[in-house]
Amino acid sequence: MTAPVRAAALARAHSPGAALDQLAAGPLSHPYFQHALLAGTAIAAACGLVGYFLVLRAQVFTGDALSHTAFTGALGALALGYDLRLGLYATCVVVALLLGTLGSGAKADDVAIGSLFSWTLGMGVFFLTVYTTTRSTANGGAGTSVLFGSIFGLSSGQAWLAAAVGAAVCAALLALARPLLFASIDPDVAAARGLPVRALGYGFLVLVGVCAAEATQAIGSLLLLGLLAAPAGAAHRLTDRPYRALALAPILAVAEVVAGLGLGYAVPDLPPSFAVVATATAVYAAAYTVRPVAAAHARRTGRRRPADLPVFPLTDTGNPDRTTPSIRR
Amino acid sequence: MRDAAVRVGDRTLWSGVDVRIERGEFVAVLGPNGVGKSTLLKVLLGRLRPEPGSEIEVLGARPGRAGDRIGYLPQRRGFDPSLRIRGTDLVRLGLDGDRWGTPLPALLPLPGNRRRARAAADRVAEVIETVGASGYAHRSIGACSGGEQQRLLIAQALVRRPDLLLLDEPLDSLDLPNQSAVAALVGRICHEHDVAVVMVAHDVNPILHHLDRVVYLAEGGAVSGRPHDVITGPTLSRLYRTPVEVLRTSGGRLVVVGGPEAPALHADRHPPHRARPRTEPDVPEGARPVRHFVRGARRARG
Repeated sequence: MTAPVRAAALARAHSPGAALDQLAAGPLSHPYFQHALLAGTAIAAACGLVGYFLVLRAQVFTGDALSHTAFTGALGALALGYDLRLGLYATCVVVALLLGTLGSGAKADDVAIGSLFSWTLGMGVFFLTVYTTTRSTANGGAGTSVLFGSIFGLSSGQAWLAAAVGAAVCAALLALARPLLFASIDPDVAAARGLPVRALGYGFLVLVGVCAAEATQAIGSLLLLGLLAAPAGAAHRLTDRPYRALALAPILAVAEVVAGLGLGYAVPDLPPSFAVVATATAVYAAAYTVRPVAAAHARRTGRRRPADLPVFPLTDTGNPDRTTPSIRR
Repeated sequence: MRDAAVRVGDRTLWSGVDVRIERGEFVAVLGPNGVGKSTLLKVLLGRLRPEPGSEIEVLGARPGRAGDRIGYLPQRRGFDPSLRIRGTDLVRLGLDGDRWGTPLPALLPLPGNRRRARAAADRVAEVIETVGASGYAHRSIGACSGGEQQRLLIAQALVRRPDLLLLDEPLDSLDLPNQSAVAALVGRICHEHDVAVVMVAHDVNPILHHLDRVVYLAEGGAVSGRPHDVITGPTLSRLYRTPVEVLRTSGGRLVVVGGPEAPALHADRHPPHRARPRTEPDVPEGARPVRHFVRGARRARG
């Protein structure tokens, strides 16, 4: 878009409906942008929902591990002559489940995790070399596209597949939401109530793996964690009502992806995945500044802090005939 | 038989436990660390299988069948301080946390939806009021103190109007005023709402005046009965197989003494100076604290 055209578009933008016309004439007229918007929205919604539970369950680390292994898995599949997506999905789901079994019992130490991750990335580099030397004619930029994503390079079929996967992950997670919330916060009581706590945990990890594999194709394995953790973390900070946070996290994620895509379109030098993650990080940082304001507001409106709460009298010897005065108010 | 008939036989941890708990009874499970007090609750919940030959019936069914009529408070160390979930939401999960999906927004115009949402919210508010947690239920659970968390968790256990309440050391890590307040609260719920309560406890004193019965587990078997019949010198001496004295203070409190030097009732808490190897081949896991107790007594005499 040249400068005079842009100025004319801005001038037209004053009448209602003109903005829509402008959008339709601008980014939305390009199929690649439509595909990016479709895939990005679905993936972002799924990432927001999955991320909120990752934050609640203190499993954000799983997302980090996935971003390391997704690269290796994808390139491994390419090196062996299989479809990239097969490798992505297989590694993400398997690694997520593996981390689930590790997390419950043994606590691996930092050095072991660090070595394992760099070894995994090293394997990815090895696969990349094998791939580029033996099959390089097919897809030269595979390494970069897995690491940093290629959301503006999705075909129509890929975009619809991403949308379907994202919608399926969202639907599955919403169906599981309440028991999963119970099992995440209070596993012992949930198990006593008869909920399959372990099965819920593994089911959730499968969803995490699927979501990560799909998101890797859009924003890349390196930046995947940003979309998983940042919107969910912001929602977790902004509200302490779980169902509100469960709505807020995907809304934030979708808004961040749309804004990032818009930025990426408007500034051609800006890689879209960077724009998405930068927006997500900015929103998360903003959420940090909002929270102290809310706390100050709560104090001003007279919500009591622990020190102000009534303390029960020490003299109570527990005689049932003598009712404790402060329990019924 | 309205509530629970518990009979556990031939189990390595404890054996020959024969108890019947009626509706509205407050029962404490006492005994040294590792003797299997929490295990008793897990057996009642159906999460652990007792030895074959045991006959256990909970609320007229096999353990694990009546999960929604049992309120359970597991032993715990508190929530992560950064957990941002309101106390209200925690209690609400106790009400409907085992249902699939998410709760529908109250504004959604579906038949009966608004009424159901209001009923659920009212029930949660009512039970929070019962435990006296209204002042802080809207705060994040991670920001609540231990005593506040404990009350909210009791509310969560109560929210479905259970017939049986299983509490695993609810007074642990509470200060003295909170201990007696929570004890009084549980006693009141038990007697006013006709709920059977089984509470695992380390120290019987805070709950002594509310108790109907105690079950004392030890390596040498188990005894149940009225507190002042069970916590006596002869009974505990028989259980521990070592001379034990029970002293009564003027306020009615009990002090259990195992010898001139042995600490009161908490002989099971491993003191730091006993850092010698603790595993002896012929002693089962659960018997360890008792052995320490015996050793302490012997050393005192020698």
